[in-house]
Amino acid sequence: MDWVLIITQLLNGLQLGLLLFLLASGLTLVFGIMDFVNLAHGALYMIGAYFCASLSEVTGSFLLGIALAIPATAAAGALLEISIIRRLYSKDHLDHVLATFGLILCFDTMVHFLWGPEGKAIELPAFLDGRLTILPGVEFPTFRLSIILAGLLIAFGLYFIISHTKTGMLIRAGASNRQMVSAHGIDIKSLFTMVFAVGAAMAGFAGMMISPITEASIGMGNEIIIVAFVVIIIGGIGSIKGAFLAAILVGLIDTMGRSFLDTLLKIIVSEENAETAAPALSAMAIYILMATVLAFRPQGLFPPKGR
Amino acid sequence: MFKKVLLLASAGLMVMGSAAAAEKVKIGFVTTITTPAGVIGRDMVDAVNLAMEDIGGKMAGRDVELIIEDDGFKPAIGKQKTDKLVKQDKVQFVTGFIWSHVLLASQKSALGAGKFLISSNAGPSQMAGKLCHKNFFSTSWQNDQTPMAMGEVLNLNNVGSLYVMAPNYAAGKNMVAGVTRTFKGKIVGKDLTKWGKDAQLDFSAELAKAKASGAEGIFVFYPGKAGGAFIKQYAQAGLQGKIPLYSVFTVDSIALPKLQKAKMSGVMGSVMTQFWAPDLDTPQNKKFVSGFKKKYGRYPSFYAAQSYDTIFLIKSAVESVKGDLSNMDGMRAAMKAANFPSVRGKFSYGNNHFPIQNFYSRKVVKDSEGVWTTSVQEVVLKNHQDTYAKDCSM
Repeated sequence: MDWVLIITQLLNGLQLGLLLFLLASGLTLVFGIMDFVNLAHGALYMIGAYFCASLSEVTGSFLLGIALAIPATAAAGALLEISIIRRLYSKDHLDHVLATFGLILCFDTMVHFLWGPEGKAIELPAFLDGRLTILPGVEFPTFRLSIILAGLLIAFGLYFIISHTKTGMLIRAGASNRQMVSAHGIDIKSLFTMVFAVGAAMAGFAGMMISPITEASIGMGNEIIIVAFVVIIIGGIGSIKGAFLAAILVGLIDTMGRSFLDTLLKIIVSEENAETAAPALSAMAIYILMATVLAFRPQGLFPPKGR
Repeated sequence: MFKKVLLLASAGLMVMGSAAAAEKVKIGFVTTITTPAGVIGRDMVDAVNLAMEDIGGKMAGRDVELIIEDDGFKPAIGKQKTDKLVKQDKVQFVTGFIWSHVLLASQKSALGAGKFLISSNAGPSQMAGKLCHKNFFSTSWQNDQTPMAMGEVLNLNNVGSLYVMAPNYAAGKNMVAGVTRTFKGKIVGKDLTKWGKDAQLDFSAELAKAKASGAEGIFVFYPGKAGGAFIKQYAQAGLQGKIPLYSVFTVDSIALPKLQKAKMSGVMGSVMTQFWAPDLDTPQNKKFVSGFKKKYGRYPSFYAAQSYDTIFLIKSAVESVKGDLSNMDGMRAAMKAANFPSVRGKFSYGNNHFPIQNFYSRKVVKDSEGVWTTSVQEVVLKNHQDTYAKDCSM
């Protein structure tokens, strides 16, 4: 098989994986530390995308738009936590699901009301809109490469904060044993708000990075949030390392399935059946992986210690 | 005093009496309002509202009531809404339908109850062939026809090898079948991508495959918002200028304003086929396009054009029977005659009630005000009838 195509597809898979990681890391922290199921995490991904689209339109610069939209999304996340989410921690998971599902509907309608149904495209600056030749013969879109770089930087930054700072220690402790942390007199309330806001900012950032490719649209987070849940279940809930590795794994499986499954299937079944079955099967692949992990290692591949 | 009350009462009775006599013409319109595909639904609803204004809200002197329903991009919901229109609202005409799979799921609910069903967009092969029905009409086209015209354009441009991409659902498969039928070169690769409410919008893997295939052209069908997303990624992946783009139902008045805003000038000059364009020179089209632009400040899409035609088709039927809505045979014969001012000009209906009409090539151009739009180039298929008509027993 063509090695140029394989390398390109590996990079595409990595890019999808890192995008998923940005979304899943916030989700896994909120789920792991606060034991809160947040279906509306995808709404923050959408809000981030729309903030960025509007702000880059106003400022005329995509980078400036991102720089302003990240704190704006974090603020929106903090506001959401203080006004609504905080009241739900003591309820059980079913209530979380119901309430945050309601929030999704509210956010979708709000965006429809404020920005209209047609979605928003974001213009990329020229230096991000081209292609780079990485290896002889392998050309890759500059913007997708910058998603990979940004994703890796954030992953490294998170790793540093979580394993080498006091805040990180509290987060890890919170993920392992919440009651014990508050019993030690730690202000768990503001820790929760902070974690939620950081998670929101990362989800929003993921939305900002995808919308120059697919554009910002209503409900854009509702599909990808399901995949993000798959990622955190495979990785182990509450674990950043697990979210990172599982996201890359899921990104690669999805992309490779879309690229090569139809060719493989054509060996076994007729061409017409292969063409129809391949997209369906590659869409299922990650769920099959999740089911396998749940069956053999229900705590996930890399669960936080002390659980 | 007593006289006055009597007078009022008799006046009241008279009003009630006349209301009961003049039964309203009720038209149900099923489209997609929510989900990102809602942008298509908005164009269609805007067009039928404009048509209602243009006919003064009346057909043969009767008031017309329009009931709009949202299918949520899901076949099951489309069917529920059709049932509701038929059983609860008691409409005489069920119209609309963007999506082939939604139409296929809903058709029985309308046709089984003896109502007229008019598709304002979807044209699945089944409705043109085996499932054809005396009470079903289309104001659009059968799915295969537009890509068949594109196949001819590809032959004319001497394209030898083609990479094909379309969503994995009824219409996507029809589009692929259509272009395959007329295209004489070799199809070197094909991708059917996930579709529906959670449609795939990131085509990185597929575009990499297309690039590696070395095809001389890429054929795509991505309606609605997926179209804009595809065009952008096509340019970002560096296919522009290497593998020319030939599209159907992808570059339209819905995608173009956003592409212009994002300065994706690569789409300029790209070729597609269609039965209609905003600058098609017919009296009804001039009235429609200028009215639409005046009212909504943008170009109408082909979805809007077909929806506008739907109302005028119904009007011609209702007027031919002088408003006698029980005369189904009369209304059917009138619709079959296609004797109404259509935005595409004069056309006729085939045995399966799909239009026999011209298909044109069109190009993306700038209009006199610098707005990106599409313009008719030449006739590719003249008075073309779909290939499934022979499977229809009517």
